[in-house]
Amino acid sequence: MSHGNMNLTLKVWRQKSDKVAGKLITYPVQDISPDMSFLEMFDVLNEQLITKGEEPIAFDHDCREGICGMCSMFINGQPHGPKKGVTTCQLHMRSFKNGDTIVVEPWRAAAFPVIKDLTVDRSAFDRIISKGGFISVNTGNAQDANNLPIPKPDADKAFEAAACIGCGACVATCKNSSAMLFVSAKISQFALLPQGRVEATARVKNMVAQMDEEGFGNCTNTGACEVECPKGISLENIARMNREFYVANMKE
Amino acid sequence: MSKLDSKIPEGQLEQKWEKYKSSVALVNPANKRSLEVIVVGSGLAGASAAATLAEMGYKVKCLCFQDSARRAHSIAAQGGINAAKNYQNDGDSTYRLFYDTIKGGDYRAREANVYRLASVSANIIDQCVASGVPLAREYGGMLSNRSFGGTQVQRTFYAAGQTGQQLLLGAYSGLQRQVGLGTVTMLARHEMLNVVNIDGKCRGIIARDLITGKLERHFGHAVLLCTGGYGNVFYLSTNAMGSNVTAAWKAHKKGAFFGNPCFTQIHPTCIPVSGDHQSKLTLMSESLRNDGRIWVPKKAGDTRKANEIPEEERDYYLERRYPAFGNLVPRDVASRAAKERCDAGFGVGTSKMAVYLDFKSAIARYGHTKAVTQGVHNPSVQQLKDFGKQVVEEKYGNLFEMYEQITGENPYELPMRIYPAVHYTMGGLWVDYNLMTTVPGLYALGEANFSDHGANRLGASALMQGLADGYFVIPYTIGAYLSKEISVKPISTDHEAFVAAETESQAIINKFFEIKGTKSVDHFHKKLGKIMWDKCGMARNEKGLKEAIEEIKKIREEFWKDVCVPGTANEFNPELEKAGRVADFIELGELMCMDALSRTESCGGHFREESQTEEGEALRKDDEFSFVSAWENKGNHSYELHKEELKFEAIKIAQRSYK
Repeated sequence: MSHGNMNLTLKVWRQKSDKVAGKLITYPVQDISPDMSFLEMFDVLNEQLITKGEEPIAFDHDCREGICGMCSMFINGQPHGPKKGVTTCQLHMRSFKNGDTIVVEPWRAAAFPVIKDLTVDRSAFDRIISKGGFISVNTGNAQDANNLPIPKPDADKAFEAAACIGCGACVATCKNSSAMLFVSAKISQFALLPQGRVEATARVKNMVAQMDEEGFGNCTNTGACEVECPKGISLENIARMNREFYVANMKE
Repeated sequence: MSKLDSKIPEGQLEQKWEKYKSSVALVNPANKRSLEVIVVGSGLAGASAAATLAEMGYKVKCLCFQDSARRAHSIAAQGGINAAKNYQNDGDSTYRLFYDTIKGGDYRAREANVYRLASVSANIIDQCVASGVPLAREYGGMLSNRSFGGTQVQRTFYAAGQTGQQLLLGAYSGLQRQVGLGTVTMLARHEMLNVVNIDGKCRGIIARDLITGKLERHFGHAVLLCTGGYGNVFYLSTNAMGSNVTAAWKAHKKGAFFGNPCFTQIHPTCIPVSGDHQSKLTLMSESLRNDGRIWVPKKAGDTRKANEIPEEERDYYLERRYPAFGNLVPRDVASRAAKERCDAGFGVGTSKMAVYLDFKSAIARYGHTKAVTQGVHNPSVQQLKDFGKQVVEEKYGNLFEMYEQITGENPYELPMRIYPAVHYTMGGLWVDYNLMTTVPGLYALGEANFSDHGANRLGASALMQGLADGYFVIPYTIGAYLSKEISVKPISTDHEAFVAAETESQAIINKFFEIKGTKSVDHFHKKLGKIMWDKCGMARNEKGLKEAIEEIKKIREEFWKDVCVPGTANEFNPELEKAGRVADFIELGELMCMDALSRTESCGGHFREESQTEEGEALRKDDEFSFVSAWENKGNHSYELHKEELKFEAIKIAQRSYK
């Protein structure tokens, strides 16, 4: 089936499981349309592999509209590829040229072990959230929502931090594999809201402790995370988390 | 009919739920600790149910097929969530939300359920704000609202174009809190493959660990299916790639009736299909119809660019046909109107299967307002445009960006091209007032059940229903069942029923690998999708549906002879997952066509060409079809129809009019 007129060479990381070593394998792909998304190009390649009796490439994806945070390809040395502010599923082939060679790897970080090919295990993020990325309010306890006015600038800032999709691009691009942008976004969301202030101290301490335990590195302010974040989560959040962290420790 | 008992409480509509809550049996805290509940799915319904039941003291296990509970497809909902708060002082009330929902659903939903939904809607907003969901606010610090289709009040709460994301992350944070406390065991990358019934009650499930491929047996005193809708039966839809019917379908095969399977929502504003490589469709939120105006050229086959077509040569067909609701008619009406224009040759874009959604007037209007508030007295044309764009960007920025990513066109300058696409399924497992299916102990919540939206769902009501079911309904109704189960000790998963169910699931997996066929799973899925879209989509007729049923039977036979599933069972194998899901979609597709064939009236999203008014609107036949179709699976691809009569006591039913 012909789709378009781009011909590309892909070098894709193949790894059977976390028990065995992986390597880059070269695959030519033909007749790619510039209107295809990067993942649709992978669909075409996988369809070819299946028809040839080979194993398709395993990769994570779900919503394909840039919001679920599941897709996670490291493309030509950049998480989610060359285009700014998009996830892999929203990267379209018009961002590439006919004849390009594209190298595709999984997220690389000790805290994100490879499951298979381009699929990694990001459950460390869930464990960090379960240590404090919430407000401890049981269902049924809430007062009327408008009894708690929140200044619009604060609400907007909290929303911007809450827009994090938990994809892990920040970790993948960081030379220290630091998860500070991810963790600070959640801490900021609640630190900026009055509802979240009640347990702010415990939250920042517990989440940071879990982050360290998972084996994520520290932040050395290179700012790569902010550049590569598909949702534009600001480095300012890390500064806020650090402040929260110092204050929390001073309180002891 | 005898088999269906909707268990609607006695009494006045307004008091049913209140009375129910104060009289339903309770389970004491000590007993809750020994009662186990399995929640399948972690979207709005699943996450809110799992978290709330755990808070109450039940032992909860929650499964999702994604790598984290936070990925569930509720996350992609854009526009908003309805609640009868009347914060805008524009005449909203519980009754009006109830009325709008029943009318929007074309009088095919249960009054008592919908009234309950409307009455808990306000609690949802309170709960979400308390748990830190950053909903949009006004400068005074109060929550902001906007309008959605099928209503004349502003009752939709939102967080830019990412309302679903923010609500889901709110529910997810509550769920993770319980995981941290050890009251919920979260099993990500697990897919439910079978239901286990013992002595007529649901007692557990079989699930596959998607990483190791191992089949697992899980016991529960009750099982909640919160597994979403089945729009992917059409292959192309706005659903996530993994969204599937498997859990609901396996439950159906184990005794749960399937309600109104043919009731599908085709959403009017989606980005049109661009080629045969397309893997999914992307929605442009209904909230855009607050400010965008829909039009096509007045001249058929007009090849001029949108901006070259002067105002007087544009046909704003929704405003023309439905002056009272204009661009904010319900989804089914807007979708059919777009199809009608395109079929008549007025479509735009390369495929001619698209209409324009234009923000020019909104940008101009907002530009003027902002110029005034900024104190700019004689703004230049460019200033007005810039101001207007700023306001539009604040409201819909992420949607405009998404549109540009996908199409390569700038919607601030050119109108969006849009076309209807499959978005939501009103049908689902039949449930009673308690949200219990026809299998005791087996519940269905959220989009997975059929209950609240009738034949057409109004915008911003899916999030409301998912959270209503999970936060506020099931925590009460499950007590009615579990209070009688307190003496039931956990059943060993070595029980023969567990063994049999696992063997059954294993046999299906083995069969996939034995076929060694030549065609990929997607090949069959695309074929099925095309049939469903052409013959069981926006318009349906007897001939087409009968053909579709025969064609789907052939696909089923071919699939089981020639599908190719690479790899092995005992590893991470996404192709194997897809094969299982598509096998179930094929069976469901046939039932959907049967259901559509049997309902010879038009209602909501179900448009039978044989039943329309002179103006081409859906024509209901209330004398014959005022019922819910609940299909019983009799095995071997045969089904028996049961009917639940719908009684309207609070509302006088009428043909819908949005004119």
